[in-house]
Amino acid sequence: MRLAWVLGAFVALVVLLAVGLGLDPREVPSPLIGKPAPAFELPLLAAPDKTFSEKDMLGKVWVLNVWASWCAPCLVEHPQITRLAASGATVVGLNYKDAREDAIPWLARNGNPFAASLYDGAGRIALDYGVYGVPETYVIDRKGVIRYKRIGPVTPEILREKVEPLLKELNAAG
Amino acid sequence: MRLASLALCFACGIALAQEDPALEKRVRDLSLELRCLVCQNQTLADSSAPLAVDLRDQVRQQLKAGKSERDVVDFLVARYGDFVLYRPPLKASTVLLWAGPFVLLAVGFAILVLRLRRRPAARPELSEADRARAAKLLE
Repeated sequence: MRLAWVLGAFVALVVLLAVGLGLDPREVPSPLIGKPAPAFELPLLAAPDKTFSEKDMLGKVWVLNVWASWCAPCLVEHPQITRLAASGATVVGLNYKDAREDAIPWLARNGNPFAASLYDGAGRIALDYGVYGVPETYVIDRKGVIRYKRIGPVTPEILREKVEPLLKELNAAG
Repeated sequence: MRLASLALCFACGIALAQEDPALEKRVRDLSLELRCLVCQNQTLADSSAPLAVDLRDQVRQQLKAGKSERDVVDFLVARYGDFVLYRPPLKASTVLLWAGPFVLLAVGFAILVLRLRRRPAARPELSEADRARAAKLLE
């Protein structure tokens, strides 16, 4: 009887710790989900004299991908972003705290899937988007509302199970 | 190049500190209450991650612009969520966090009380014969 109690408590503790270990403490739920995408007016990566605003995307379902040439996981996720863009999704790149002379060759080397590439050298706009670990990826709907945020690289599973179904749903919603 | 900009950063940090010690103290006091999201168990004041430096700069700029501590905290919570606060507010989603330790304490106390109650009554007194035996053994 006593042994059963101790054993039960032990098993409960193991289950609790196992669940705790399985969770990713880096996945902080974003308060931005369901909120309008923060406004910005940023220069383009390759053409500093031209600017781009989130308002330019109103009426479209789009994906915002925050990346940097110094970020190794960005290179890891790049094939997924490329695949996403190839499937017809509009992906806008936000180059974060990077140098233009590093970022432009990076895109030339690894392929440029972005419909537009924005440059946020100081990371000020990224701060508004709650970026704290590049890469980060946002799905924004026609009304300019953030519907999904991924912190860390987009894996093939996340692309298949989260991003693609959501894009499909948002596009179908008209 | 990197080193130079780092040195520059330190230099302006010191310059700023000298510029307005009262402001720097407010920045530091507030930063101690905020979590660095990159190194999650460090405060914003302790962390030297680039994001922490940026966020401290934001805190400094906003306080300098005349905003209150409350405004700055709201600004950060709107972007990063309650997670940036070392003392999260009491909400439906954080009730367990706040009440958990007290619930555990109550459960522990209840178990203690139950066990004490279930303890068998005091042992019977030694009989006269037992006493004599014990005395003999002790001789």
